[in-house]
Amino acid sequence: MSAWLSMWWMIFRVSLSEKLVYRVDFMLGTLMRFLPIITHILLWTAVLAAGDGEPIGGYDRNHFVAYYLLVTISRAFSSMPGLAAGITEEIRDGAIKKYLIQPVDLIGYLLLKRIAHKLVYYLMAFLPFALIFFLGHEYFDGWPEPSILCAYGVSLLFAFCIGFFMEATLGLIGFWWLEVSSLLFIYMLITFFFSGHMFPLEILPAWLRPVFDYLPFQYLAYFPAALFLEKMDPAQMTWGLWVGGFWSVFFFLTSRIAFTLGVRRYSGFGG
Amino acid sequence: MRTSSHPPYLDVLLTFARNNLVREMTFRMNFIAHGVAVTFWMGLQLFFYNLIYQHRDEIGPGSGWTRERYFVFLATVMMVNSLMQTFFVPNMKLFSELIRKGNLDFALLKPIDTQFLITFARMDWSALGNFFFGIGVLIYALIKMDYVPSVLQCVLYAIYILLGVAIFYSVVLAMATSSIWMGRNQSLDQFWFYITTFARYPLEIYTGSLGTPIRYVFTFIIPVLVVVNVPARIMAMGLREDHWPLACYTVCISLISLFLSRKLFNFALRQYRSASS
Repeated sequence: MSAWLSMWWMIFRVSLSEKLVYRVDFMLGTLMRFLPIITHILLWTAVLAAGDGEPIGGYDRNHFVAYYLLVTISRAFSSMPGLAAGITEEIRDGAIKKYLIQPVDLIGYLLLKRIAHKLVYYLMAFLPFALIFFLGHEYFDGWPEPSILCAYGVSLLFAFCIGFFMEATLGLIGFWWLEVSSLLFIYMLITFFFSGHMFPLEILPAWLRPVFDYLPFQYLAYFPAALFLEKMDPAQMTWGLWVGGFWSVFFFLTSRIAFTLGVRRYSGFGG
Repeated sequence: MRTSSHPPYLDVLLTFARNNLVREMTFRMNFIAHGVAVTFWMGLQLFFYNLIYQHRDEIGPGSGWTRERYFVFLATVMMVNSLMQTFFVPNMKLFSELIRKGNLDFALLKPIDTQFLITFARMDWSALGNFFFGIGVLIYALIKMDYVPSVLQCVLYAIYILLGVAIFYSVVLAMATSSIWMGRNQSLDQFWFYITTFARYPLEIYTGSLGTPIRYVFTFIIPVLVVVNVPARIMAMGLREDHWPLACYTVCISLISLFLSRKLFNFALRQYRSASS
């Protein structure tokens, strides 16, 4: 048991230090994340101004700014840069063998590594984030009540789980198709659009909204942000959390199934 | 035996073009999927702006950017981006990698202008689909506006798109060149994406205390704002007198950008130290 624990502890520690190597690259990258928000804010300001500041979909200018800022937090939890691409590359060049012959579970390993990377990320991104939110605090109506904050925390956890297991599943498709870069590109676009990263889902026409509500993507960006801004009533919130929980479990299972079936199919040579 | 003192640039260029097409055709499914993906993305963009125009008639009060005119703007964005993605961006990524791995030596040794080689070795033909998609959107918007542009407008439009591409190219070349000093420039892709983000919106949205400084920086220091705005206005709003200063400025700044980026490139090459042995 202790050997098992120390192995995972070691993986965790190595991943931590790995992430700390390129610090400047990292800080710059974090600040740059906020650049596109500026153009979004300017765009919506111009759009709202054309209608004398009348809100769209219940969002006035302050709400739009707050929404885009909150989306960066959702995405800090749900985005998994390089996860799927890394998995397919290891399948293609055969490096995946090392997980098959060693007593390390691939998905568990990647999960722990990702958690370590995320922790370093939050630690180092805290300052840039704090700065931006301090500068933008007047766009918020104030803190929501504790119960909503709790729900917000849970929704961020779902954002991480859905983001991780959905992308891991996609990467594991590499067992069947060797070249999935286009598939990943489409996934990225779909995520950007359907997650609410691009715009708050309230501006959609009513007939289209249910499609977005039942897809897993809104949990990656829109759902936590809208929850924080209290854009939904308690019933919608509870229901949304249940659906989010369902998707987390669903993609956890698909990633396990894809891995089991994939390994059965896989054959490695040489080395 | 001595033949001409210049390498046959045109022949080399055509060979690059053919080889790259062959290379992409080897992975045909991926080629098609990539084309579809890029077009799909543009479709989503159109959907998004269409959504905005269901709530408003104009972006920016009095700016003149009505739905159809804005589609002309978007079509221009698509064409410029597609040209960049087809010809220049893949090369610049490759250039940055060559530096990091010390493989630039091979490019330096070849008896041809290094900038030429670095600029044209790769072509990503699947990205060109978007160019035709852009033309489609342009034609749709013009038909919807019931507007027939004059020949002069079309010629100027084409010229200004090329000048815009020249500006973008200079910027991305300068950014990739900086890898010589930084050793690694992993964020090149990101940087490129974020800087071009600013070019994708009409000048009119850059107002107020936040927008005005951005407008000046990205017009005069890194001149990406004129790349799309100038040709798009020529096509969408006609040849208006008050647009001339910016149009003249675009001609000058594109030539200056090309000149300066080449200077920087040559200067950087002299600083290059190989990474191997």
